[in-house]
Amino acid sequence: MSENIRVIENATCTFCGCVCDDQILTVDMDAKRITKVQNTCVLGRAWFTEHAHEDRPEAIIGGKEATTAEAVEAAAQILAAARFPVIYGLSDTTCEAQRQAVAIADMLGGNIDTTTSVCHGPSGIAFEGVGESTSTLGEIRNRADLVVFWGGNPAESHPRLFGRYAVTPKGMYVPNGKRDRTVVLVDVRRTKSAPVADIFIQVKPGKDFEVLWALRALVKGRPVDPGIEATTGVSLATLEDLAARMKSCRYGALLFGMGLTMTRGRHFNSGALLALATDLNRYTHFVAKPVRGHGNVTGADNVVSWQTGFPFGVNFSRGFPRFNPGEFTTVDLLSRGDADAALIIASDPASNFPRAAVERLGEIPVIVLDPKATETGRLARVAFTTATYGINVPGTVYRMDDVAIGLRPAFDSPYPSDEDVLMAIKQRLEELTGAGKGAAAVAAQGTAAGPAA
Amino acid sequence: MSALRIVNGRVYDPINDVDGEIREICVADGKIVAEAPPEAKRIDAQGMVVMPGGVDIHCHIAGPKVNLARKVQPEDHRHDVHPRTAFTRSGTGGTVPSTFATGYRYATLGYTTAMEAAVPPIGARHTLEELNDTPVIDKGFYILMGNNVLLMQFLKEGRLEDFRNAAAWWLNATKSYTLKLVNPGADGAWKGRRNANITRMDEKVPEFEVTPRQIVKALVDVAHDLGLPHPAHIHCNNLGHSGNFETTLETMRAAEGRRAHITHVQFHSYGGEPGRLPTSKAAEIAEFVDAHPNISCDVGQVMFGKSTIMTADAPLAYLLRDYTSDRRWVNADTEHESGCGIIPFDYQEKVYTHALQWAIGLELFLLSKDPWRMVLSTDHPNGGSFMSYPKLIRLLMDSEFRKRELGRVNRKAVRNSVLMDGLDREYSLQEIAIITRAGPARILGLANKGHLGAGADADITIYEENPDKELMFSAPRYVIKDGRLIIEDHEFRCDHQGRILHVAPAYDSAVEDVIRPFFEDYYSIQFDNYAVDAHYIPRNEVIPTGDDG
Amino acid sequence: MVLIAGRTSKQGTSLNAGKLKDEYREVTSTAEMNTDDMGRLGLKEGDEVRLRTAEGEVVVRCAARDAEDLPSGMIFIAYGPPSSRLMGSDTALSGMPISKNFEVEVERVGK
Repeated sequence: MSENIRVIENATCTFCGCVCDDQILTVDMDAKRITKVQNTCVLGRAWFTEHAHEDRPEAIIGGKEATTAEAVEAAAQILAAARFPVIYGLSDTTCEAQRQAVAIADMLGGNIDTTTSVCHGPSGIAFEGVGESTSTLGEIRNRADLVVFWGGNPAESHPRLFGRYAVTPKGMYVPNGKRDRTVVLVDVRRTKSAPVADIFIQVKPGKDFEVLWALRALVKGRPVDPGIEATTGVSLATLEDLAARMKSCRYGALLFGMGLTMTRGRHFNSGALLALATDLNRYTHFVAKPVRGHGNVTGADNVVSWQTGFPFGVNFSRGFPRFNPGEFTTVDLLSRGDADAALIIASDPASNFPRAAVERLGEIPVIVLDPKATETGRLARVAFTTATYGINVPGTVYRMDDVAIGLRPAFDSPYPSDEDVLMAIKQRLEELTGAGKGAAAVAAQGTAAGPAA
Repeated sequence: MSALRIVNGRVYDPINDVDGEIREICVADGKIVAEAPPEAKRIDAQGMVVMPGGVDIHCHIAGPKVNLARKVQPEDHRHDVHPRTAFTRSGTGGTVPSTFATGYRYATLGYTTAMEAAVPPIGARHTLEELNDTPVIDKGFYILMGNNVLLMQFLKEGRLEDFRNAAAWWLNATKSYTLKLVNPGADGAWKGRRNANITRMDEKVPEFEVTPRQIVKALVDVAHDLGLPHPAHIHCNNLGHSGNFETTLETMRAAEGRRAHITHVQFHSYGGEPGRLPTSKAAEIAEFVDAHPNISCDVGQVMFGKSTIMTADAPLAYLLRDYTSDRRWVNADTEHESGCGIIPFDYQEKVYTHALQWAIGLELFLLSKDPWRMVLSTDHPNGGSFMSYPKLIRLLMDSEFRKRELGRVNRKAVRNSVLMDGLDREYSLQEIAIITRAGPARILGLANKGHLGAGADADITIYEENPDKELMFSAPRYVIKDGRLIIEDHEFRCDHQGRILHVAPAYDSAVEDVIRPFFEDYYSIQFDNYAVDAHYIPRNEVIPTGDDG
Repeated sequence: MVLIAGRTSKQGTSLNAGKLKDEYREVTSTAEMNTDDMGRLGLKEGDEVRLRTAEGEVVVRCAARDAEDLPSGMIFIAYGPPSSRLMGSDTALSGMPISKNFEVEVERVGK
């Protein structure tokens, strides 16, 4: 390690939706590497230490090394020529970059979608049908005396969720921390999160909806048939006990994960849980919170929502935003073969999408922005190496509870940020498509000449 | 920047006592000037009315609560599209438009300044991001402090210096405009006492032993002591409840002669018994406001049709849920700062309470003797969308139209209002200019807005005269912002970015030594990461705070 | 059997090192089954199994879990390219493919 060490306090980790902003980074400025991380979890440590400087080309076009500028030109040409360009990903980049991505989609009449559509998109759809009673994480920390984790394994996916926010910490009205709380875990298998729970409830796979609906009935004082046990694997007595605890707590919280959204029923499962939390507000104060995966998927939701009115799966082909999950969500657009070009930012759909969608990605020109080499990067026509948000690049991210937090980068990167690349592509597209004729008159920041003739 | 010379228009500039005279207005370098350079572009405003740009003193257009309201009801906006143009971004409308559409649509109405009325301080960063994506208009926001836990603690302990310095710290940390109170003191009951509420001004709030009256007085005093251009902005307790006019009067009395702004006062002007149908107490409220020059109000007019209830008054939103067939409800608690409730809503002419609310708003406008202190708002989108302002203006200016509209609404509500009792008053153009421009600007303490005197910001709207006032005010011929012609001949000519207007009152930075430990013990975000930095105010203007308020 | 793909610690840490690297590949190619099921299928820890759906098939290695933790009939795998290859693309107009609790055929590879 060199002598040139810098310590950064209050840094923000963006690996998962916990977005812990109390990280202390020890940085070797010469080696461009974070050598030590305090206040972090195993995932955060890997996030910070593994995103060191890698010697990679600025860009790759058609398998050959190229400069960023050349890649911008190639990318703009692809997008300008496309009839159905789709932009996807965005959950591991800053809001500043996300805003540029939406601007490009708007200009092109393209499609924009984020990893939300394959994460808590169903919860977003359920939200549109039910609403949601929710809170910032600090409320759960300070008030929740009953915390129910459903369909998630925070011990492995969000390790500090227990320790920093929802279980262990002492709070204003929970002065003894975990001792003042009852923790319930509901899942199909006993995971590493189970030891944290006072009560573990094992549900048969695909039966969460039935359990949630039964709880809704019990909360409202309606009878439930004991046959529920054969269907769901959960006894009526267990459900009655849980319903009673939920009604009698002072401040309850339901934190839920992919176990509800990624299984049969999807938004109906999420909707049942959200409805249960809403129902409970007749008796006490109860909130629900979808536990978001990537560091800035919540930012993507927020940016797309405020700029278009809709959270994900947005299409601009008619000159204005339209929203329709299943039609304008990326898995569907790819699987049906609708998309004829793709701009993938900070995401790896080639690894995570179903086969038909991945096949389409192999058939169309794909542009990728990513700090690291990925499967998607390998099949891309144009691949940009970009700097890593939160480690090299400043900006804004949103924690899972919609709290916006700034980033404190550790060291510079020789690569451009996602925002830089997207702005460059946008500018070139304005020239190519003439879409920004007015943009010349506008310029940035209110300077420049008067009206066009 | 280009210069302009507007000639032949009838100018309405109440702050400078210009009432419909034909005057020349000159613009250079973004400001109104006495004389424009010879190369100035000439705008012939023959047959047109020239006013300062509109100023919306209370609306909900940006921030965490607004975005939740956008997300929860895609059907609200999907049929009201806002296509992109060569200069402007696309978006969607409805009662909670997307950010670009919000800015463009305000501009389309000739409004050039709007204030987001309720943001929990931890949501300032988000709100600024949205405001930075809200084009054309200048904007600011108010931070929710009437349920701030740390401030409650200081108040309970009698630590008034810390209270004042902390409030000032918060205004600086968030780049906001003033201190907002919503249902003061009630959060603790809602979050901590199983969804209870506070209903009396002298009721002690849970855990802190202070009363809403004390909270109101303390924040009114702080706004005064800090010399804020706009006083404490207050959404009184008991919004919407029958009989609540008493609470409103008590709240106004709690200001003890100091400036206070009572917002959307229509919702707080009800007589009748709690739990029974409301009656109108608009006359009593208007009379009190007229007699107390320290009090200002915006009306919060209800307009029939779709609205969205979005409020920091969480208990109210939950209560309203039972009155809608749409059972959607969003509740969002913000640690130590606020609550929030959202309900898609619909005001219907035939429903007694809705019709009465509509009538009460009109009564307040028509009974008020001082339009400078009873200004126009619909509490967008709670009472209705800002896009309904032109129709509201017509209701105020055209008594025949008003009578026809009265004929369509619930009869009993009409009987319980004084609108039919010879209330034929018609607002003049000058009075409209007061309630939509000059009055709000003055109440906000924005010395360079709401008028057309030399030195004012060149925010100018030029309307074509039309006997149909709704038509007239819905489509200005020209809209100028910062001296740039944004709309010409009813069409957008260019995009434009306005400024964030905020205050920076002085405070003793030693207060950070008492705020920081509170963060460490109880907040879920680091103290050092909380305050917003310059990155979020790329274009801004600090509005000065005075020594004597 | 029913397949559940989900996050694990190792999957999270190894993907930071690089998704094209060995550790991530190994982690996402490990299928957990309980000892009862493994006995039924004649499997030992580390044996290869073929998982097959209408979409395709992958060969992964098995790892043993306690029957009390992982119910019979269930396989858990850290999500990645192998699990994704088995996933159907029908989102039922939700945008979300099913990646948990879907049926797979399980077959021991080799002798």
